[in-house]
Amino acid sequence: MFFPQSCMMSSLQMRICRKESSCCVHIILKTLFFFLCRCPYLAVHLCPAIPVFAVLLFLFVMAMLLRTSFSDPGVLPRALPEEATFIEMEIEAANGNVPAGQRPPPRIRNVQINNQIVKLKYCYTCKIFRPPRASHCSICDNCVDRFDHHCPWVGNCVGKRNYRYFYLFTLSLSLLTIYIFTFDIVHVVMRSMNGGFLNTLKETPGTVLEVLVCFFTLWSVVGLTGFHTYLISLNQTTNEDIKGSWSGKNRGQNPYSHKNIIKNCCEVLCGPTYPSVLDRRGLLQEDTLISSSNPVPQTTKTTAPLIPNEHTPDDAKPSIAASAEKSPSPKEEHPAATKVPPLASPETDAETSIAKERAH
Amino acid sequence: MLGLYRIRPNITVSSKVFIQRDYSSGTICKFQTKFPSELESRIDKQQFEETIQTLNNLYAEAEKLGGKSYLEGCLACLTAYTIFLCMETHYEKVLKKIARYIKDQNEKIYAPRGLLLTDPIERGLRVVEITIFEDRSIGSGR
Repeated sequence: MFFPQSCMMSSLQMRICRKESSCCVHIILKTLFFFLCRCPYLAVHLCPAIPVFAVLLFLFVMAMLLRTSFSDPGVLPRALPEEATFIEMEIEAANGNVPAGQRPPPRIRNVQINNQIVKLKYCYTCKIFRPPRASHCSICDNCVDRFDHHCPWVGNCVGKRNYRYFYLFTLSLSLLTIYIFTFDIVHVVMRSMNGGFLNTLKETPGTVLEVLVCFFTLWSVVGLTGFHTYLISLNQTTNEDIKGSWSGKNRGQNPYSHKNIIKNCCEVLCGPTYPSVLDRRGLLQEDTLISSSNPVPQTTKTTAPLIPNEHTPDDAKPSIAASAEKSPSPKEEHPAATKVPPLASPETDAETSIAKERAH
Repeated sequence: MLGLYRIRPNITVSSKVFIQRDYSSGTICKFQTKFPSELESRIDKQQFEETIQTLNNLYAEAEKLGGKSYLEGCLACLTAYTIFLCMETHYEKVLKKIARYIKDQNEKIYAPRGLLLTDPIERGLRVVEITIFEDRSIGSGR
């Protein structure tokens, strides 16, 4: 959830923490209520396997939620100073001499994948050309590979490495909600048959509330699962769907799709388990013992201001750059209260907010 | 690996070359085999291409979609991914193989020529970093 490159706890992240804990609490409370108030009756009058299955399903849901929250979504580490300089030199060589006063051309590399031209954009924060399907998350302040969306309920980005856990979380939560809803209804029906409907409501208070909560949760979670099933079958990310990268006039041209639903599903859900490339950076610091006569100043990274992403409108850049602060080094800590949230481009902010509205 | 250079105090880093990723086949991990001009005086083009091609083949093996990876994925899902507490993933096994290969290449081919390959995993699988060393005791440049 919190990675070395963005270790600060801004007020925004505190809010996200609260959303994630409320999601956890909601699931736990609902299952606990079902277990304590419904299961004894159902186990005796119907089948003892009912609570057993509920517990297993609940454990699976919590495991997937925790796995999604606490695993690295596929964060791309920032370029080290020498790599950043090398890329800058390549860009300058490609652009040639730009006359003073003129804006340099946007930093884009074109790459052909499966007969489709894909633009690789340069990330000014991470100082790298983003791989295809990667995007910069303004909340986590990291580039994430195969960026899907930033999920506030899970408190983490959903990317290449944890998408399958996120999908299994929504799927199992749907099943759990359907299960609880169904057996709530069965429970009410069974009791009503014995003692009348109104008596049942008197004996088991909270039934109406729980059924209503389940009903509304059901629609949103099942809807979300359905949406992600659709995306997986087409091998698309939420980000690409929102931007309309492979829809409309580009429909059927997704270069990452295998054009086969089963193969797409297999790749996304049962594909190889990609390693995290973040951990290694911790080890790297001790290893650089060679004295370097390299003329590249070591201060480049720590003093360079956060340059706005190329998505920001050009006239907004000077004002953003003026209020920018120092780019944080991996080990630096910053005071939380006065710190301006990580610089976001309007586009990435719009993406995450639309993703939130759409997905939830 | 850097131990090779610690015993020779006159060695300094002259420059670094970064071999970028090749995305023409999609998002799979693959590096460009284009020979950088900075290495022209140091190593054979064929040798370099062979190293990069072998690395590409190893990464392709790690990311291969097939019966084995699907089986691993399904088994892991059924055990709620707890199986990875006791078992190494296929990708991790291949990464170890890659680390051994790079170490081997450095010892046999690159170190004698004053070069050092850095494992791409230490650079976020973004670049193959080749450090070019200069031996001050011989004289400037080479």
